[in-house]
Amino acid sequence: MSYTLGTHDIAAGFVDPPHESQRVFRGVLDAFSHPGRIVTVDDAPAPPGGLCCATAAFLLTLIDRDTPLWLAPEFDTPEVCDFVRFHTGAPIVGGRAEATFAVQAHDQPLLFDSFNIGTDTYPDRSATLVIEVPVLGAGPVRTWRGPGIDGQASVAVAGLDHTFWLDWAANHSLFPCGVDVVFAAGSQLLALPRAIAVEA
Amino acid sequence: MPDTAIQDGAYNYAYLDEQTKRMIRRAILKAVAVPGYQVPFGGREMPLPYGWGTGGIQVTAAIIGRDDTLKVIDQGADDTTNAVSIRRFFARVADVATTTRTGDATVIQTRHRVPETPLKEGQILVFQVPIPEPLRMLEPRETETRTLHALSEYGVMQVSLYESIARHGRIAKTYNYPVLVNGRYIMSPSPIPKFDNPKLDRSPALQLYGAGREKRIYAVPPYTPVKSLDFDDHPFEIETWSESCALCGSKESFLDEMIVDDTGKRLFLCSDTDWCQERQGEREGAPPEVPAK
Ligand SMILES: [Zn+2]
Repeated sequence: MSYTLGTHDIAAGFVDPPHESQRVFRGVLDAFSHPGRIVTVDDAPAPPGGLCCATAAFLLTLIDRDTPLWLAPEFDTPEVCDFVRFHTGAPIVGGRAEATFAVQAHDQPLLFDSFNIGTDTYPDRSATLVIEVPVLGAGPVRTWRGPGIDGQASVAVAGLDHTFWLDWAANHSLFPCGVDVVFAAGSQLLALPRAIAVEA
Repeated sequence: MPDTAIQDGAYNYAYLDEQTKRMIRRAILKAVAVPGYQVPFGGREMPLPYGWGTGGIQVTAAIIGRDDTLKVIDQGADDTTNAVSIRRFFARVADVATTTRTGDATVIQTRHRVPETPLKEGQILVFQVPIPEPLRMLEPRETETRTLHALSEYGVMQVSLYESIARHGRIAKTYNYPVLVNGRYIMSPSPIPKFDNPKLDRSPALQLYGAGREKRIYAVPPYTPVKSLDFDDHPFEIETWSESCALCGSKESFLDEMIVDDTGKRLFLCSDTDWCQERQGEREGAPPEVPAK
């Protein structure tokens, strides 16, 4: 099913929103509760533009008119914007600092720059960044430690260079402030909350 | 409870509207990302009977789905009025299977106890929380407690516990005993007996805490260190009993004392009814002749 708004067809959202969003949320909650664990999103609709299925399902589940969204230029297309506006009502903002959620690609520099990191008294007021990567579970393996991980976990995320992990170390050092990251590839995602320390 | 709305089918899946669920879900994710920190959430008052614990209900309603199996306990028991009502409520509005068996549940909503049966990875324990702020009795001003948490300035709590030792020779607190989560935030574990505190430490299950009146959600992710506050010369200790359960013989569970007849005869029984029944089933021979709890 698709909808038409202006000159574009709008990609379909969930067919049965209460149940599909519940299942996707539990997948995301499982990912946040077990950082580094790959979660497959079974209820992903066919995504618009350059978005992957997992990102589209994540957005449909968690964003709405109360959560400004920032799209990196490669995702800031009419197809994606119409999809977001029609199905979620989330305002698409031009500045990173205004965003509650963001969608970015792995191969750009300074992925954390200028986003809201929360405050010492309200660290929950920080942005959550979806970063699309080529594949999860392949690429350089790193050691993750922190809440949700029993001891340590070996986690591979493809497409991230050394600089990304230096930036992550800086973000982690801001705890309890800092952004939280969700990596997405195809219909899979995994979470990297700010409390997680990552070593080469 | 708006019973007519439920009978008319005029409610959304799991009772809450989707907008409210999304807001609570976002708060839950931030709570998991910052273990032990109290995330405020908005939304309107939820019209529910007194004693149901709207915070726990809202968290459960935001996470539960048709694939779940729900257990609800109140003071350890599955058969109290509140536990039965809440279980029926979710069976009706969320079309979920329910159970009294701890091991069979995917979501366990609880008030005042942690089950005796060790929890597993994949299970979610939802606590009903009356007062989320562990420093509230020591500092009534919200802006102040926020600042104390922000600065990890927990001396006021240490002083309070040490004063208890000076007065009573030990830390007198037996319920709602404060914990330090992942070495960072002091957290109220809700009014569970301190006997249950060690079960929170590095639990494979996810712990979610919902406070309805103050609208706070906080969380402890799996395998996260949870330390009960103490002092080198007064280490944390849990309750022990010289008696054992009259029904199952357990010596290692939390026991409730009961007066069973007019002469004041006393018995000790497991507070966790599921644990007790499973143990009775495992015992050989006929159960002893004692009145049911
Ligand atoms: Zn017993």
